[in-house]
Amino acid sequence: MPMDVMTGNSAQAYGAKLARAEVVAAYPITPQTTVVEKLADLVASGEMKAQFIKVESEHSAMAACIAASATGARAYTATAAHGLALMHEMLIWAAGSRLPIVMGNINRAMAPPWSVWADYQDSIAERDTGWMQFYCQSSQEVLDTVIQAYKVAENHDILIPAMVMEDAFYLSHTFEPVDVPPQKDVDDFLPPYDPPIKLDVDNPVGLCALVPPDHYMEFRFKIAKAMEDSRKVIQEVDEEWEKKFGRSHGGLVERYRMEDADAAIIAAGTMSSTARVAIDNMRDKGKKVGLARLRVFRPFPYEEIRQIAKEVDSIGVLDRSYTFGHGGAFYTETAGALYQAPEQPHVKNYVIGIGGRDIPPKDIEEILEKVLTKEDGGEVEWFGLRTSGSKEVN
Amino acid sequence: MGKLTIPQEELMNSGHIGCLGCGGTLAMRYLLKALGKRTMITIPACCIAIMSGIYPRNFLKVPLLDVAFETTAASASGIRAALDAKGIHDIYVVGFGGDGGTADIGIQALSGAAERGDNIIYVMYDNEAYMNTGIQRSGATPFGAWTTTTPVGTTGDFKKRPKKNMVEIMVAHDIPYAATASVAYPEDFVRKVQKAKDMDGTKFFHVFSPCPTGWRYSPEMTIQIGVLAFQTTVFPMYEVENGVYRVTKKPAKRKPVTDYIKLQGRFKHLDDETIEVIQKTVDRNWEMLLAKAEFTKKFAE
Ligand SMILES: Cc1ncc(C[n+]2csc(CCOP(=O)(O)OP(=O)(O)O)c2C)c(N)n1
Ligand code: SF4
Repeated sequence: MPMDVMTGNSAQAYGAKLARAEVVAAYPITPQTTVVEKLADLVASGEMKAQFIKVESEHSAMAACIAASATGARAYTATAAHGLALMHEMLIWAAGSRLPIVMGNINRAMAPPWSVWADYQDSIAERDTGWMQFYCQSSQEVLDTVIQAYKVAENHDILIPAMVMEDAFYLSHTFEPVDVPPQKDVDDFLPPYDPPIKLDVDNPVGLCALVPPDHYMEFRFKIAKAMEDSRKVIQEVDEEWEKKFGRSHGGLVERYRMEDADAAIIAAGTMSSTARVAIDNMRDKGKKVGLARLRVFRPFPYEEIRQIAKEVDSIGVLDRSYTFGHGGAFYTETAGALYQAPEQPHVKNYVIGIGGRDIPPKDIEEILEKVLTKEDGGEVEWFGLRTSGSKEVN
Repeated sequence: MGKLTIPQEELMNSGHIGCLGCGGTLAMRYLLKALGKRTMITIPACCIAIMSGIYPRNFLKVPLLDVAFETTAASASGIRAALDAKGIHDIYVVGFGGDGGTADIGIQALSGAAERGDNIIYVMYDNEAYMNTGIQRSGATPFGAWTTTTPVGTTGDFKKRPKKNMVEIMVAHDIPYAATASVAYPEDFVRKVQKAKDMDGTKFFHVFSPCPTGWRYSPEMTIQIGVLAFQTTVFPMYEVENGVYRVTKKPAKRKPVTDYIKLQGRFKHLDDETIEVIQKTVDRNWEMLLAKAEFTKKFAE
């Protein structure tokens, strides 16, 4: 199929379609709504062969996906913010059941106060549920990652679910050219879901039973192990994708102009594209700066981050969410990864773009300047806050 | 109609760890006899969920998915969708939950599934409280009952609101079949399941499942308690097929509710006046049921 022009949300839907998801269960929430509408259209027109359960809540959406996946079907859903929060219990259930469900999450701020704009608080709050987390920066990456995520998740050594993230509106509702690969090629890349164990009347088993303290810990350890092992598989799958489709998304961390950089920023999602512009501008002025884009946050790419620490003197971590009590999650995890590293660059946290606040290139240039000078003034800075300096909140 | 014999095949293994005299175990056993081997079942948190004992045991000879407390119906819908996606249409998909998991926390998912008309069988085994967590009130706890969250105390703080009527709630969803049944009358239960199992859409069974532990009676009396619930019409036996009510079994002579109440510790604090209130409610409900059956008769196809 030739290039198409579509939104990130359409890319989610086409990703699910090309992956041949067999069961879709979803509930609408802004800004995810057009994902479920598109899937409904694709199913209704017969273009996509799937059962679409129009559930009455996100909690039920995930419950239905879990049961469908346990029965041996490839399951897909999408949500955002409050929908994701409502699923919390079931996210843990999906990972604990070792079911390779793939879900789109359109990152949106949490209320109150109500906000529908881009912010990572929703998915960051779910980082301990046992799901892999991919943060995308383009619609192309969204489509490709949905398919890649199934391949990683369904690997018999992995079998953990995956979230494919998009920034609200910046990606979900923006049209971009997207190359939609031919179904045949995707089929070659992603074989049908073949679970090692499933509900089957000819071989009846009980799944998700009560386990005593004698066993529970081993079950949890196996999830931990699978999450560790997924690093390699994520990398391999992205490489295989590149071989087949001619584009890579960077595996776990995508590097930009890092070759000879003195300072780097770590960021995720669409602000990385803005950061590229800022970095180019700075490079034009002879400043040696680069970007490390966190494509995957779970599992956390600590090796890649330690490698970057070897190369630069100073790192600025940009967080579009905040863990009340101490620092943004990308920052605390970066700092945590570096504690064991022999090289200890200066690291500082910039909390930015909360609730969809615009991040123009000049803001990132300003941050890069601070990072280069290893500007101090506390570990964490809420950048561009209207109460800061002389500006009053009005 | 010839005499119905309950299928002999046992699809529930022996050795479960439910209490002696548990009505819930009988509900499961008869249900599976009625449905047979090609059945998949979801069970939420409740007494039945722990009956197997612990991993790696399974007390059923059919595939079983333990699910989160409030997701019984949504999980059954998920299994059904997966089977449909695979082109498998000869398997019964069952959600089997307690009264708490059905009438309270799981009612949203059940309502959603019923409204969509998902092709599942939902069984609420009703022991009239949250038993797995130690006898707390549920929406299905009857008026007058003691539970640990409706303790009588010095203020008489027993349950003050009537039992939530799940059959009526399900009938209001315009489903093809809803029925009550009792573990004291297995033939009636099995017959109803066999009648409804191949109907398309959501089928709902409300199964009266006495609980010696929570109701405070001696374990050997479970069936007797069930029989008395029927004879007093505290728990009448009826079915609703496409909106048409039919009383499937009538007591030859109705007994006073005291006969039922006096055997159970959970009602022992009730004075004659309160029992009179219960009697009046039971009378009224019974008459309304008969009237509904009479009135809806003409809508039978
Ligand atoms: C979300 C959630 N809240 C609470 C519980 C605790 N819980 C487990 S079983 C149960 C009561 C079950 O009652 P019911 O559905 O009536 O079944 P029974 O145990 O009486 O057979 C409760 C409250 C839970 N498992 N999940
Ligand atoms: S508490 Fe009641 S319902 Fe639960 S296992 Fe015991 S008898 Fe059965």
